[in-house]
Amino acid sequence: MNVKGTVHKYGGNVDTDVIIPARYLNTTDHAELAAHCMEDIDKDFIKRVNTGDIIVAGENFGCGSSREHAPIAIKASGISCVIAASFARIFYRNAINIGLPIMECPEAAKAIARGDRVGADFDTGEIVNETSGEKFRAEPFPGFIKEIINAGGLINSVQLTMDN
Amino acid sequence: MPMTMSQKILAKKAGLSEVRAGQLIMAKLDMVLGNDITSPVAIGEFEKAGFAGVFNTEKISLVMDHFTPNKDIKAAEQCKRCREFSRAHNITNFYDVGEMGIEHCLLPEKGLVMPGDLIIGADSHTCTYGALGAFSTGVGSTDMAVGMATGEAWFKVPASIRFNLTGKLGKYVSGKDVILHIIGMIGVDGALYQSMEFGGEGLKNLTIDDRLCMANMAIEAGGKNGIFEVDEVTLEYVRSRSNREFEIFAPDKDAEYARVIDIDLSRVKSTVAFPHLPENTKTIDEITEKIPLDQVVIGSCTNGRLSDMKAAAEIMKGKKVAKGLRCIIFPGTQKIFLECMELGYAQALVEAGCVFSTPTCGPCLGGHMGILAKGERALATTNRNFVGRMGHPESEVYLCSPEVAAASAIEGHITDVFCPHNKICKP
Repeated sequence: MNVKGTVHKYGGNVDTDVIIPARYLNTTDHAELAAHCMEDIDKDFIKRVNTGDIIVAGENFGCGSSREHAPIAIKASGISCVIAASFARIFYRNAINIGLPIMECPEAAKAIARGDRVGADFDTGEIVNETSGEKFRAEPFPGFIKEIINAGGLINSVQLTMDN
Repeated sequence: MPMTMSQKILAKKAGLSEVRAGQLIMAKLDMVLGNDITSPVAIGEFEKAGFAGVFNTEKISLVMDHFTPNKDIKAAEQCKRCREFSRAHNITNFYDVGEMGIEHCLLPEKGLVMPGDLIIGADSHTCTYGALGAFSTGVGSTDMAVGMATGEAWFKVPASIRFNLTGKLGKYVSGKDVILHIIGMIGVDGALYQSMEFGGEGLKNLTIDDRLCMANMAIEAGGKNGIFEVDEVTLEYVRSRSNREFEIFAPDKDAEYARVIDIDLSRVKSTVAFPHLPENTKTIDEITEKIPLDQVVIGSCTNGRLSDMKAAAEIMKGKKVAKGLRCIIFPGTQKIFLECMELGYAQALVEAGCVFSTPTCGPCLGGHMGILAKGERALATTNRNFVGRMGHPESEVYLCSPEVAAASAIEGHITDVFCPHNKICKP
């Protein structure tokens, strides 16, 4: 699976409270959540973002609250992939479970700049910065997790197992 | 192969004789938890998947604690959804307003979590129950949905950081200072993907409330779980709350740790985390500037237990909250609320000028019951001080113990309990 898009760049320790502030957690509506995505650290994100765009950030992305509303808001805003130096573990799990592609690659997270055009291949782990010509390699997911992703998330994966 | 305490519990629940760090396992759950914010998403997934029913009506807890008493119509709808789901599936441990408490204060109090249990909760502070010797970790709503249906979850077996505790805490120093000290030392991702395991001869000097507070904030160091060895203090606590049988797990003597850190409890000082990360800590004697406050919040799943209320009441009794400062007290459960009344803590705090709230997560996450305006500053015994956590994105939250919070509420600025006027003095 491949994606390509323009980069929105953030620093380290982007927490789920800024990805989607708690004051909007009185809804589970994906579009409503997306409308407030990142607003406490990047007020215009939702105006700038185009379908297919990519978020690139530093270490510990998605730390803090376990709210699944965070990856849901990012996915519903049109973001096709999050590349970070590292992910907080609950966010990592949630992203996989809801089918938001993520890649862990400190070198890419450091080198890629805001506005760059970047492509990512989830099968090989290759990340290409088309703006600078640089290439990076993220660790592809282990087979167990690839199965969940290929099934379209945890719910579908469990349904497949139950059917068998 | 020698195993850590976390690894032993995971091996047992996966039906394996041993596990190693990095291994992916499927394990059986003893409890699946959700609240009024995360459960509606889980219920949506549960229904979308077409699951026939829940795996066990007694091993699921739904606690309406975040936006309750319902803060608005949307919040009311979310609670209604949880209520209807609980009724339809005969979920025994559904806790609504009147019975509910802040989930991580409530479950231990009710004896619903025990040593050796494997627990997941769609709330990041689910790691709290490690204080009782359980493996307990936060997950998202989809994991919760699948957990409710199958009673199982997948885990990547974590490596562990071992904390060897020695000594005894000094006066006005509590579990909150220890965990803030640790987060300041290792950072907000210092235990990322890892388990934080606490033991050593100093363990006996920590109360259950100290341990619950410390395990609660393991997530603030990025930890997958925080876990304490089981001792007499644990056994006395759990046996007075449940008759359920449980198994005690202890780490192997020669277990391998990613890191071993020694903590001398007698050297831990009152500690404050500055905005906007829990790792931005300073000990109280390192704070030289005057930091005026608009609001002080005492309570939460971190510090809403009886000993926290007691600490605050003893410091504030007979004193007054500083003019122009709002001090909000929110006890963890109805039982703690009642005990605060019986023991005179509620009276002392209200007479000092505090407001006494029903149990709720409200102010901690900027939900309701104590939101900050632009430019306002709060000192709180809660667990996070991220941008916008308690309200406006340009407000500030400082984190501390109930002792420092109470003393500071009287002074109107962040202060040492021993030296209320920011003078340098030693206890």
